[in-house]
Amino acid sequence: MEKTLYLWVGIFVCAGIAALFVLALKVGNASATFNTGETYRLNAEFDNIGGLKVQAPVKSAGVVVGRVEDIQFDVKKFRARVAMKVDKRYSFPKDTSVSILTSGLLGEQYIGLEAGGDDAMFKDNDTVSLTQSAVVLEKLIGQFLYSKAAEGGSDKK
Amino acid sequence: MRAVGKKLIAGLTLIGRRVVNGVWRLGYASGFFLMTLLRSGTSFRRFQLVIKEIYFAGVLSLIIIVVSGLFVGMVLGLQGYETLQKYGSSEAVGTLVALSLTRELGPVVAALLFASRAGSAMTAEIGLMKATEQISAMEMMAVDPIARVIGPRFWGGVISMPLLAAIFSAVGVFGGYLIAVVTIGVDSGAFWSQMQSAVDFRQDVLNGVIKSVVFGVAVTAIALFEGYDAPPTAEGVSGATTRTVVTSSLAILGLDFVLTAFMFRGI
Repeated sequence: MEKTLYLWVGIFVCAGIAALFVLALKVGNASATFNTGETYRLNAEFDNIGGLKVQAPVKSAGVVVGRVEDIQFDVKKFRARVAMKVDKRYSFPKDTSVSILTSGLLGEQYIGLEAGGDDAMFKDNDTVSLTQSAVVLEKLIGQFLYSKAAEGGSDKK
Repeated sequence: MRAVGKKLIAGLTLIGRRVVNGVWRLGYASGFFLMTLLRSGTSFRRFQLVIKEIYFAGVLSLIIIVVSGLFVGMVLGLQGYETLQKYGSSEAVGTLVALSLTRELGPVVAALLFASRAGSAMTAEIGLMKATEQISAMEMMAVDPIARVIGPRFWGGVISMPLLAAIFSAVGVFGGYLIAVVTIGVDSGAFWSQMQSAVDFRQDVLNGVIKSVVFGVAVTAIALFEGYDAPPTAEGVSGATTRTVVTSSLAILGLDFVLTAFMFRGI
């Protein structure tokens, strides 16, 4: 009796831990979180980061090459400072441009890197100078309406 | 006029007595909980006692947890597909199933089932032990009933609960997979990859485990206290069992709100 009871408790505990592992590895992205390969840090300044969040992917040509590590507000320049961790395997030329893009129409925002043609490569803790801010939908609609109104005005003349 | 005044005073007295009684019981329960923690040395020195209680609280709840988890996951798969398909994003059903299970339904439903399956049994057992004077007999033999009876049950419940919740979530995700991928025919690769990119280990899975540990402590402590405090009559034990299920269900839902507010503040 006692032996079978212990056996069942053992099976139960094993099943519970196995379930946790399944949740961590198959359902969750623990394999990606724990994969702390060698990375280097890149900084970029934006006028507006839109809805960018920490841990958002950094992509180049659609491939995830890193993650957003930190977002801060620079009080002197009144701009957003974004720090990214980029995989050491991928190095980018100095004239790479950084832009904040949206996946899909209303999807989450990510950082897109577009490589340039410079021979010199970015090193750890470099700052990217070519940046393009997030598209703010309200501003875009405002501009569109403004240009439409201007068009309508010229037609009447 | 005088009769009305008397009734009013009687009513006020009743309200006051109820409030004082409630606060007194809360204090008594807290003292009992603290005692259980302080005297749980025995549980760890004689760990086979705890293992026995894990068998009664955890292993015997396994069937109801697995079956409910499977059905909850399958329902989530069906309902999620039905709605998501309208927006042309039926692959996101994996995300929906996994996030709802790991964050909320896994810990909460598993704890509600645990309260009605294991918590009520604990209360009835201890209430009956008290009614048949087994607890007084232990005290006569200089055996501390809190250390010998309450402690192992408490730790057995606290250890079982997170394991049960994890099993519930895992089986639920499998149920969602069965419906969405095997039956309806959502693409299996998109199902898993969207799920993996959306579910974060620390934010979702680990927070779910923390929730289930808190629920385990709350449910087991309430069940043991109600049993220990039950009047030693048949009516008393049945009332205590009912109170265990009602109080621990309310405690689970209330604590769930508080924990969710702390964990997911939308940052």
